[in-house]
Amino acid sequence: MIRFESVTKRYPDGTVAVDELTLEAPSREITVLVGPSGCGKTTSLRMINRMIEPTSGRIMLDDRDTAAVKPSDLRRGMGYVIQHAGLFPHRTILDNVATVPLLLGQDKKQARARAAELLERVGLDPAFAKRYPAQLSGGQQQRVGVARALAADPPVMLMDEPFSAVDPVVREQLQDEFLRLQHDLGKTIVFVTHDIDEAIKLGDKVAVLRVGGKLAQFAPPAELLSRPADPFVAGFVGRDRGYRALGFAEAGQLPLNDEKTVPLGDKVRAAKDIAQDDWTLVVDADTKPQGWLAVGRLPDRALDAEITPDLLNLGGTLASESGTLRAALDAALSSPSGRGVIVHDDGRYAGTVTASRVLARIEERAAKVRADAVHAAGGEHRDVAPDGIGGGR
Amino acid sequence: MGDAWNYFFDHRAEIQDWTGTTLWLAVLPVAIGLVLSLPVGWLAYRYRWSYPPIISGAGLLYTIPSLVLFVSLPGLLGTKILDPINVAVALTVYTFALLVRIVADGLLSVAPATLDAAAAMGYTTFQRLVKVQLPIAVPVIGAGLRVAAVSNVSLISVASAIGVTQLGNLFVEGFRQGRTPPTIVGLVLFIVIAVVFDAAILLGIRLLTPWRRAVAAR
Repeated sequence: MIRFESVTKRYPDGTVAVDELTLEAPSREITVLVGPSGCGKTTSLRMINRMIEPTSGRIMLDDRDTAAVKPSDLRRGMGYVIQHAGLFPHRTILDNVATVPLLLGQDKKQARARAAELLERVGLDPAFAKRYPAQLSGGQQQRVGVARALAADPPVMLMDEPFSAVDPVVREQLQDEFLRLQHDLGKTIVFVTHDIDEAIKLGDKVAVLRVGGKLAQFAPPAELLSRPADPFVAGFVGRDRGYRALGFAEAGQLPLNDEKTVPLGDKVRAAKDIAQDDWTLVVDADTKPQGWLAVGRLPDRALDAEITPDLLNLGGTLASESGTLRAALDAALSSPSGRGVIVHDDGRYAGTVTASRVLARIEERAAKVRADAVHAAGGEHRDVAPDGIGGGR
Repeated sequence: MGDAWNYFFDHRAEIQDWTGTTLWLAVLPVAIGLVLSLPVGWLAYRYRWSYPPIISGAGLLYTIPSLVLFVSLPGLLGTKILDPINVAVALTVYTFALLVRIVADGLLSVAPATLDAAAAMGYTTFQRLVKVQLPIAVPVIGAGLRVAAVSNVSLISVASAIGVTQLGNLFVEGFRQGRTPPTIVGLVLFIVIAVVFDAAILLGIRLLTPWRRAVAAR
């Protein structure tokens, strides 16, 4: 656990970067510090490992005052990942990862064996071990950065915008793998980002900071979306809050249409025979959905052709049956047929669902949330809906 | 060319002796100058306010005419006027003056993110300097060292003017006798020494920076 106790950082010129920050990052969870530039989030992070010293207040690491620990010792017990990875250009990937174990006095062979294991863990080909950082892409470098931070198996990880400098596709991949890794490792993580979507996706708890280094709200992401503490948080969390909050609501057992499908390689005529509204879902040999076939637009002579992947419309997203209401609604809204495709957890086809079915489920849930809120408030604030607090956009 | 060869052959004992002096005057001042420039260059890097005065001071040192330095050093050091130590010290001063700036700039060339990462990994300031900053600065410092080395070789012959004998005496001989063979022999030998010295430094740089070739080959 990392606890900020009234921590303030004031620079000699009078600028206050962090103002009386009190906050506890729980053990084995991801705590995200998020806010616009100038909100002191990076300064706060760097005070944890004493790269920056607080002007006043204390930072406790499991009830030990960090100010009493020698900085180099403190840092060797905390993994650190930064935006551009900050790899050592003169060392091979393997030796980059082995840095902290070597600093801790492990012998070279042992440290390198451990490093090789970690490279695999973060999804890097062992062939990269002998290369140098400049020979890797940004995303690959960032994986090495994570491996290096994990090498000495520190209980704490500090991450400063680690995924901000890579393209959106790679970023999403890295985020997903990061969550999987954290699920296995259970580190105490403090994660800094300026991207509220990343904060909401990754954080167990999110601290929203405002310019001047004041804590605006510290809450789990779902609460941040449903009950922003003030107009600043509401504005920062931004548009589509209601829709994004659905990303935290499990869809549960949705009533699925047991719609018929055709496998790839069948005749187009077979698809036309079972089409609803001129659309038929095409699956592969394992019944994994491949895309939608528009049979209404095809000329008669095409009916005897085989169904090939290039005929398919790939517009629809897939939602897992154990997924969220947001994923289910998105599957329905994005599907060219208007029917969202739901799959089993192993990716096989389960059924389809329409947007109106998902909306009905959302309505049910919202009614229940309102009823609970009224109940919790003892019926005194009957006219204030929980989602209305703070207003905003 | 045949005359030059004959001259070389006839005077090989002398030339061998002079070559020895020239060689140590080529290597030692550069080595010592490098060692001295590291801490001073680090100071200029570490304390930003000290960068302008240190760099300007080094520049001024470099502008002192070599003859003045050769002649005034015995007074300053208490050495004999013909002692080759005077020349070695003067050449060391020039190398040092050239390299201080190079060292400071080499250290400054290390990316801030790399330095941050090193500090955050738990390197102490000194470990970070030795294990991270200096190795990454090798290409910059090495390039400066090559310039310093060849310019040092070219300065050595001036020592003949104050009577310290080395291969530069061949030029004095050539001028005195009004014929070219000694001059040609001297030129060839100086060029060979400069080229070999430069190649040795280049080899050292390449051995210290396998990472740069790996990247260039990409």
